[in-house]
Amino acid sequence: MRRWTSLPGGVKFLIGVGLLFLVLFVANSTLNRYVLHVIILIGIYSVATTSLNLTNGYTGLFSLGHAGFMAVGAYVATLLTFPVRLRIAYNLPLLPHFLGGPDYQWPFLPALIVGGLVAAVAALLVGAPVLRLRGHYLSVASLGFMVIITTLAKGLKDLTRGAAGIQAIPRYTDIWWVYAWLVVTIYVIWRLLNSSYGRAMLAIRESETAAQAQGIHPMRYKLLSFVIGAFFAGIAGGLYAHFARSIRPYEFSFYMTFHIVIMLIIGGAGTLLGPTVGAAIVVALKYVLKPVEEGLGIYGLVEIVYALMLIGVMLWRPEGIAGGVNPLRFLVARKGERR
Amino acid sequence: MDGGPLLQIEGLSKAFGGLWAVRDYRLALPEGVIYGLIGPNGAGKTTIFNLITGFLKPSGGRIVFAGTDITGWRPDRIAHLGIARTFQILQLYRALTVQMNLEIAHHKHTRYGLFSALTGLPLYRRQEREVRDRVGEFLELFGLTRYRNVRVGTLPYGLQRKLDIACALATEPRLLLLDEPSCGMNPREAEELAQLIRQMKARFSLTLVVVEHRMPFIMGLAERIQVLDHGVLISEGTPEEVRNDPKVIEAYLGVEDAVA
Repeated sequence: MRRWTSLPGGVKFLIGVGLLFLVLFVANSTLNRYVLHVIILIGIYSVATTSLNLTNGYTGLFSLGHAGFMAVGAYVATLLTFPVRLRIAYNLPLLPHFLGGPDYQWPFLPALIVGGLVAAVAALLVGAPVLRLRGHYLSVASLGFMVIITTLAKGLKDLTRGAAGIQAIPRYTDIWWVYAWLVVTIYVIWRLLNSSYGRAMLAIRESETAAQAQGIHPMRYKLLSFVIGAFFAGIAGGLYAHFARSIRPYEFSFYMTFHIVIMLIIGGAGTLLGPTVGAAIVVALKYVLKPVEEGLGIYGLVEIVYALMLIGVMLWRPEGIAGGVNPLRFLVARKGERR
Repeated sequence: MDGGPLLQIEGLSKAFGGLWAVRDYRLALPEGVIYGLIGPNGAGKTTIFNLITGFLKPSGGRIVFAGTDITGWRPDRIAHLGIARTFQILQLYRALTVQMNLEIAHHKHTRYGLFSALTGLPLYRRQEREVRDRVGEFLELFGLTRYRNVRVGTLPYGLQRKLDIACALATEPRLLLLDEPSCGMNPREAEELAQLIRQMKARFSLTLVVVEHRMPFIMGLAERIQVLDHGVLISEGTPEEVRNDPKVIEAYLGVEDAVA
C-alpha cells in the first residue's frame, strides 16, 4: 500500500471530500434537527472564515470588513430569490426586466453566485483605496467599509426594509448546499496556494519589499485576494440568509466580523483547514454553553469564554489550534507551513 | 545589443527635503563586468541601488537599462526587465521554506492565468514542473538541497545570506546589484563568497554592481570601482587607481585641517 503522504494532492483532496460527505450523510440521517442546525451553522461560518483567511492569513492584510461583504451577498441573494407574492406583501420591489421581470424569482444557485459577484465588485471598488493602507490603518478603513454597508442596509428602505429587516426568506440552505460550498471555497484557495498567485500573496505577507524586487506587483495580488475573499464571503452571506430566513442590518456588523476573526485566530490563520476548525469550536461552544449560561444565570458567559480562548491561543499557540497538528497538513505543507 | 553600456545613468540625483542624498551620479556599465561601489557610511550607495531598482523616485536624471529608459518605473516592472538586487538587511520570506523562497523568486517566469491555476490545466502543470526543476537546480548549485524544507527563519545566518543571493539569481537577471553581500561574514566566508560570485558571473553571464564596506573583499572582486562621498562621485577607476587617489584617502581618513 502506498503511504498517504506520497499520494498526489488531488487524490488526497478527493478522499478528504469523500470522507466528509460520508460523515455528513451519516450525521444527516441519525442526528436530531438541533444538532444538524449547529452543523449547518458551522459550515456557513467555515465558508466565511476560510474566505477571510485568504486576506488575513495568507496575504497578511488584516481586514475587518468581512461582515460587510457577507451583508452584500445576503441582501442581493435574498432580493433575487424572494417569492413574488410576498414581495408585494412586504413592500419589496419586483425584479426589473433585465433580472427576469416582475413575475420572476431566481433559483437559489444563480442568486447565490450573483450575491457573491456583487460582493466581489464591492471589494474591487473598496480595495483600490483601502488596500493602499497598511497594518492598523487598513483594519480600521475596512471596518469603516462595513459600517457604511450596514448604514446603507438601514437607509435604503425601499430595497432592504431598513432596520426591520427581511423575513420569510425561503429556506433553501441545507447541509449539502453549505458543505458543497465549503469544499469549493477550500478547493479554490488550495489551488491558489499551489500556484504563482498564492505564492505571490505569501510573499507579500512576508516581505513586500522582496516581493517587489522579484517582479511581484503587490497591489495586483492584494486586490485579487480581497476580491476572491469577498466573493466567498458573499456566498456565505447568501447561505446564511436562506438558512436563518430573516436578515437585519445589524446582524452583519461588529459582532459578526469579530466572531469570524476570532474563529480564524483560534483555528489558525494561514492554514487551510484552521478556519473550519475554528468555526467548529466557536459555534459548537456557543451551543454547548448556552444551557449553562441560562442555568447559572450568567449571561455573557459565552463571550467571556471566547475572549479567554483568544488570549490563550495568542499566548501559547499563536499559530492557531490547527497550526501544528493539521491532519491535512499536506495541503499547506508545500506552502512553507511545514515545521 | 548595439555594444553600448548595459546600464547608463546620467545626472542622477535624489534629494530628501533639502538634503542631497545623491547628486549628479553617472555610470556607464559595460556588459559582463563587476563594478564596485564604495564610500563611507551615508555616502548614498544604497540610495543609488534604490533609485536604479525603482524603490525611490529620482529627483532628476536618467537611467537607461539595455536601451530602455526605466527612470521612475515601478520596482516590479524593473525586475521583469532583468535587474535583480539583494538588500543590506536580508529580505527573505522567513516563515516559508527554502524551496518556497526560490519558487517565489522564480515568479516572473510563470505565465499561466488564474483559470489555469484553479483548474490545473496542462499549461499550469508544465510550468509548475519547470519551476520545481529550476528551483532544484539552484538548490543544487548553492548546496542548499538538504535544507529545502527548512523554514528560512531557522537557518544559520550564513546560509540565509547564501539563499538571498540564490533568490536574486533565481529571478534570472542580466544585472545583479549586491548590497554589502559580505556583511556579517568572517574573512574566510567572505573569500568563499567572492569565489561564488565569480562562478555565478561566469555561469549566468552576469553583470554586477557590488556595494561593499570591506576593502580587501571589493578590491579583489571588482574590475572597476566608483567612490562616493556625501552623495557625490569623487573617484572612479581600477582598484589600484582608486586606492592611490588622494581624494579617496581624504574621504575615508579625513584631512587634518578639515575641522576648521
